[in-house]
Amino acid sequence: MSIIENHTTNGQPFCKDPKLTARGVGVFYGEKQAIFDVSLDIGANEVIALIGPSGCGKSTFLRCLNRMNDTIDICRVTGAIELDGEDIYDPKVDVVPLRARVGMVFQKPNPFPKSIYDNIAYGPRIHGLAQSRVELDEIVEKSLQRAGLWNEVKDRLHAPGTGLSGGQQQRLCIARTIAVDPEVILMDEPCSALDPIATAKIEELIDELRENYTIAIVTHSMQQAARVSQRTAYFHLGQLIEVNPTDQVFTTPEHALTEAYITGRFG
Amino acid sequence: MTKSSMTTREKVEKSMKRRRAAEQRFRMYGVASVLFGLLCLVVLFGDILSKGTSAFSQTVIETSITLDADYLGLDKNADDQQVRLANFEGLIKQHFKDMVQPDGRKERRQLYSLVSAGASWQLQNMVLNDRSLLGQTIEVALIADDDVDQWFKHDRGHAHNAMLNETQIGWLEQWAEQGILKTRFNTLFFVNGDSREPELAGIRGAITGTFLTLLVTFLLSFPIGVAAAIYLEEFAPKNKITEFVEININNLAAVPSITFGLLGLAIFINIFGVARSTPLVGGLVLTLMTLPTIIISGRAAIKAVPPSIREAALGLGASRVQVVFHHVLPLALPGMLTGTIIGMAQALGETAPLLMIGMVAFVVDVPAFISDPSTVLPVQIFLWSDSPERAFTERTSGAIIVLLGFLVIMNTAAVMLRRRLERRW
Repeated sequence: MSIIENHTTNGQPFCKDPKLTARGVGVFYGEKQAIFDVSLDIGANEVIALIGPSGCGKSTFLRCLNRMNDTIDICRVTGAIELDGEDIYDPKVDVVPLRARVGMVFQKPNPFPKSIYDNIAYGPRIHGLAQSRVELDEIVEKSLQRAGLWNEVKDRLHAPGTGLSGGQQQRLCIARTIAVDPEVILMDEPCSALDPIATAKIEELIDELRENYTIAIVTHSMQQAARVSQRTAYFHLGQLIEVNPTDQVFTTPEHALTEAYITGRFG
Repeated sequence: MTKSSMTTREKVEKSMKRRRAAEQRFRMYGVASVLFGLLCLVVLFGDILSKGTSAFSQTVIETSITLDADYLGLDKNADDQQVRLANFEGLIKQHFKDMVQPDGRKERRQLYSLVSAGASWQLQNMVLNDRSLLGQTIEVALIADDDVDQWFKHDRGHAHNAMLNETQIGWLEQWAEQGILKTRFNTLFFVNGDSREPELAGIRGAITGTFLTLLVTFLLSFPIGVAAAIYLEEFAPKNKITEFVEININNLAAVPSITFGLLGLAIFINIFGVARSTPLVGGLVLTLMTLPTIIISGRAAIKAVPPSIREAALGLGASRVQVVFHHVLPLALPGMLTGTIIGMAQALGETAPLLMIGMVAFVVDVPAFISDPSTVLPVQIFLWSDSPERAFTERTSGAIIVLLGFLVIMNTAAVMLRRRLERRW
């Protein structure tokens, strides 16, 4: 299979009330192009799922949205990405406040080797979000409660975060992300290292978080995409093939490649 | 076609025999190598310990001597200067003359040579500390000459001693039987600086010099090394220049240490005019030598910090400096410290570059500051190993034991530090 010449994305890649807009985004690793001309809106307070076979560029695209790709020396991004109408790749933009607004949860739970409390408090501390100890305590408690972890850890806030189970660690990472009160949360296969029970808890959490946050989630599980997202974007070999409401993608996909993927013919 | 008629299981069975033998053989090679290494170590330590432990004891002559105030020309109010000028040496000679009654000038000279030149210092110091001793008869353990020391510790009763004649040995035997001649713990070895008299020579000057030199080395190489490692690993753009720098740091680690000595001589001493044979210039030269070790181990420690920790912090909006100082450095520090201690242990044992910058000088005084002339332990060992006196041979081994002791302590500290600070992530 090779990339499709003169491809335009099928379905509805744009929406009325966009939080993030990507226009003609291309990503290069050195000479090799990983993403081709992706244009996509991510609407406010929606959960959008990015699906597609391995190596299709969905994680790469996700990492463009908070400029995590900057850390890779050979990586180059073209096109435009705007957050609330501001170009995030403008040379004047500082990535530090950008990443505070666009938080990220990674594939493997990666708590800091510090206490549970310090894990949550780290973000608020570096951004100066709390004026006092009491305020910081409040942020920590609120974040843990929102991540559904408070009852499990409230008696051992000063135990190391690395001592928690995998599912708890991932919820700790989510709590850590929401502690800095971002506007968008990017999730890169957040459940791929978790068992079904922990996965169910995280999915429930994502559903609750939708009220306050815009969420983009990369997933390999089509059931998960179907359960948590309102819109689904299908990537194939670095191209955005189709974007449609989730129900529609899984029942009546427009593009033949999408259909082939969701029916399990490759992936 | 007989071969192919064998079943797969038979073939596997057949190959197992060969594979087991190969495994057995390989294990034997391993065990043999370890044993060989251990054997070398045992021989080395055995040799040094057997030669060196006697350096830690010293022969003394216990006697009661009258501090004759009239003979010394001192009274209770004498000031320090007068005490220093008083003839304690004559007093000691007189004392032994009265004790043994030597026959003629030749025998008298032979008698006097049995006592160390340091004995009069002993008496002088006692009087300097306490004037009321004047006129009293006191029990003292006077330091014996190194020839007496060697005879008493090694040769007595079974070996010929070329340095002492029959008459002298006769007196010594007599003293030994009377219990006057004794050995005691050699405190002088640890509190004295170097000396031409082996029985008075000690390692305090060399140890202090080593300490000061390593202090300079550590204070310079640790911050510079850590900063360089962090910059190269976390901030430097990956381009040709960085690559060039990296390759040359690795090359620097392999440069023979004597080259650094010559460089130090040419640059620090000849151009910048730093005083030679001081811990300062020694520390500067050893810094050059230690830096690559610290940078390389520091970079390895930073590389070992999982990228997921960096991503987590970056994803929260930490700046690169915050990522380094809040997360990477604390996790990499145990590895960096281990590398530093190993680098310092190397510097501790280094001799060649220090010879070039004049630290090979004969220094009696214990250095008090980094700009005082001094020597270091390995150079002291080098100096003593060159001396003809037998007593210096045993002191050489004694100093080696002390040096090895320091090395073992430093390496143990490195291992313990690593164990304690090691964290899982």
